[in-house]
Amino acid sequence: MYIKQLSVFVENKDGRLAEITTIIANAGIDIRALSIADTTDFGILRLVVDKPYEAEDILKAAGLTVSLTDVIAIGIPDRPGGFAETITAVANKAVAVEYMYAFISREQDRAYLIMRVADNETAIAALRAQGCDLLDGESVYQL
Amino acid sequence: MENRIFNKEMECMPRRELEALQLERLKSLVDYCERNSEFYSKRLAKAGVTADKIKSLSDIQYIPYTTKDDLRDTYPFGMISVPMEKIVRVHASSGTTGNPTVVAYTREDMENWSEQVARLAVAAGANAGTIVQICFGYGMFTGALGLHYGLEKIGAVVVPTSSGNTEKQLKFMRDFGTDAIVATPSYCMYLAEAARSMADKYPMEMYKLKYGILGSEGSTPEMRAEIEKHWGSGIFCTDNYGMSELNGPGMSGECMYRDGLHINEDHFLCETIDSASGSVLGKGETGELVVTNLTKRGLPMLRYRTKDITSINYDTCKCGRTSARMHKIIGRSDDMIKVRGVNVFPSQVESALIGMTEISPNYLIVLRRENYSDSMEVRVELIDSSLLDRYGELVALQKRIQDNIKNILGIAIKVSLVEPNSIERFTGKAKRVLDLRNQ
Repeated sequence: MYIKQLSVFVENKDGRLAEITTIIANAGIDIRALSIADTTDFGILRLVVDKPYEAEDILKAAGLTVSLTDVIAIGIPDRPGGFAETITAVANKAVAVEYMYAFISREQDRAYLIMRVADNETAIAALRAQGCDLLDGESVYQL
Repeated sequence: MENRIFNKEMECMPRRELEALQLERLKSLVDYCERNSEFYSKRLAKAGVTADKIKSLSDIQYIPYTTKDDLRDTYPFGMISVPMEKIVRVHASSGTTGNPTVVAYTREDMENWSEQVARLAVAAGANAGTIVQICFGYGMFTGALGLHYGLEKIGAVVVPTSSGNTEKQLKFMRDFGTDAIVATPSYCMYLAEAARSMADKYPMEMYKLKYGILGSEGSTPEMRAEIEKHWGSGIFCTDNYGMSELNGPGMSGECMYRDGLHINEDHFLCETIDSASGSVLGKGETGELVVTNLTKRGLPMLRYRTKDITSINYDTCKCGRTSARMHKIIGRSDDMIKVRGVNVFPSQVESALIGMTEISPNYLIVLRRENYSDSMEVRVELIDSSLLDRYGELVALQKRIQDNIKNILGIAIKVSLVEPNSIERFTGKAKRVLDLRNQ
C-alpha cells in the first residue's frame, strides 16, 4: 500500500547534490524517482530507490540527516486530464497534499504519482473509489 | 529546601554597616600594601594614592587596576607581600598562554577562604552531615581544595573523588548515598548521562543527589534545567563563582532563590567598568567585573580586572541576605563582539540554542558587512530527521531560533540550517565567531 521514500537534508552549496547521489551510486543503489525542493539556503532531496533501507543506512553513515517516510504511489492513465481527475478526487475529500511528484513510465499510457498526504486512509479510499491503481513497494522499487 | 544562612551577622548586615566595614577594610588594605608590597607600593605611589586619601568607597577609583599580566610579569612570587614562612599554600592557574598565574595564601587567608566557601555551600543546601562528593580535579587548581576546606568547615562529609573515573564516581554515589556533588555543570550533566546509560543495571532511583554545587564554568538556566531533569532525583543546582586570583571559589554563590550570586561583600568589594575605556560604571550597570579582595594578605588583589561581564544588584534578597548579588556571567570581555553597535556574547546565542533537540550543540556566528551595515548569521546543524517530511517545519524551526535569539540580543539575525558535522569541531576552546566584516 505504501512505499518507502528517503528525505535527505541538503545544504545549498556547489556540488553537494552530486556528492550525495554519488554515495548512493557507489553502493549500487538505483534511483527510481527523485524530487528536490529548495530555498536559497537548503533543500530536501526526496528519493525513491530500489533498496531504501540500505540507502538510509549508508546516507546516515555518511553523516547526513535522513528520514524514511511512507508515501502513496499510484499509477494513473497517461492522457490529458489523467492527473487532474486523480487530484480532484483527493481534493474533494479535503485531504491536504504535503508534496507530490510525478513521472511517466516505460509502459505505454501509464504515469506514476508519488504523494505525501496529511491523511493516508482517507486519501487511499478516495483514490480507490476513483479506480486508481495503488502500487506496493516491491513493484515501484523494481520499475 | 530550607533557607539556612551560615554567618547571619555578616551575610545579613545592614548595608550601611556593611559599607562602613568595607571602607575600613579598604583603608587598612591600602595601608598594608603600601608598607608590605613592593609591587603595590610603587604602583600606589605613582598614582599618588595613600590610605588616608581613601575617604569613601568611591575613592577606590584612584587605585590603579591589577591584571592577569601583572601576575604573569611577576611570576612566580613577585606579588607575595609576606615573608615565605608566612605562606601556607600556593596554587596556580593552568597558564595555557605564557606563564601560569601563581597565588599564595597565609594561614589567615586560608581561614577567610574557608569561611567564604562555607557560606556559599550552606546557601547551596549543604549542612553538617551532608555527604558531598567533590568531582573537581585536585591539584594546583583552586576549585577542589577550596570547596574541600569550606565543606569541612560546615561539618559536611567530604568525599574527595576528584575528577574522572565516571563509573567509580557513580558507584560511590549509589553506595554512599551521596547527597551533593561539587562539579562543573558539564561534568554534572555527563555523570547524569552516564548514570542513565547504565540504568538497566543500576536504576536511577539508586541515586539520592539533592544538591548540585556547580562552578568553575557558568551554566545557563536551560542547562541547569536539563541537568536536573537528567538526574531526576530532585537535585537542586546552584552556581558559584570565583577565580584563583581571588582565592578561588567563594567569591559568590547562589541561594535557594537562584536570583543572582550573593557576593561575600565583607571580603570582596566589586565594581563594574567599561572594558574599553576603563571608566567605572554606575551601580547596576553591566560591564567588566573588577574585584578588590579586602582581606587577602599573602598576595593582595587591588581592583583585579576579571574580564567577566556581569551586573550587580544591591537589593535585599528574599532569603534575607543583604549582600549584593551578581548576575550570572554573560561573557568574557575579550569574547565580546559588536554588531550594529550592540554588544553580543557568543554565550547569549548559546543560551538561545541550548536544549533544542532538533539541532546539534555546535554553532557558528558569521559576521558580514553588507551595504555598510553589519549582518549576523547563526549557523546550526539540523539533526532531527523527523522534520524533513514537512518543509514548513524546517522553516518554522528556523523562525523559532531566529525569534529566540532576537529576544535575547534585541537585533534581527539570520539563522541557517546546515548539515550535521559541517561546522568545524574544536578540541579545546571552541571558535564560535567568524568575522568577515573587514574582508
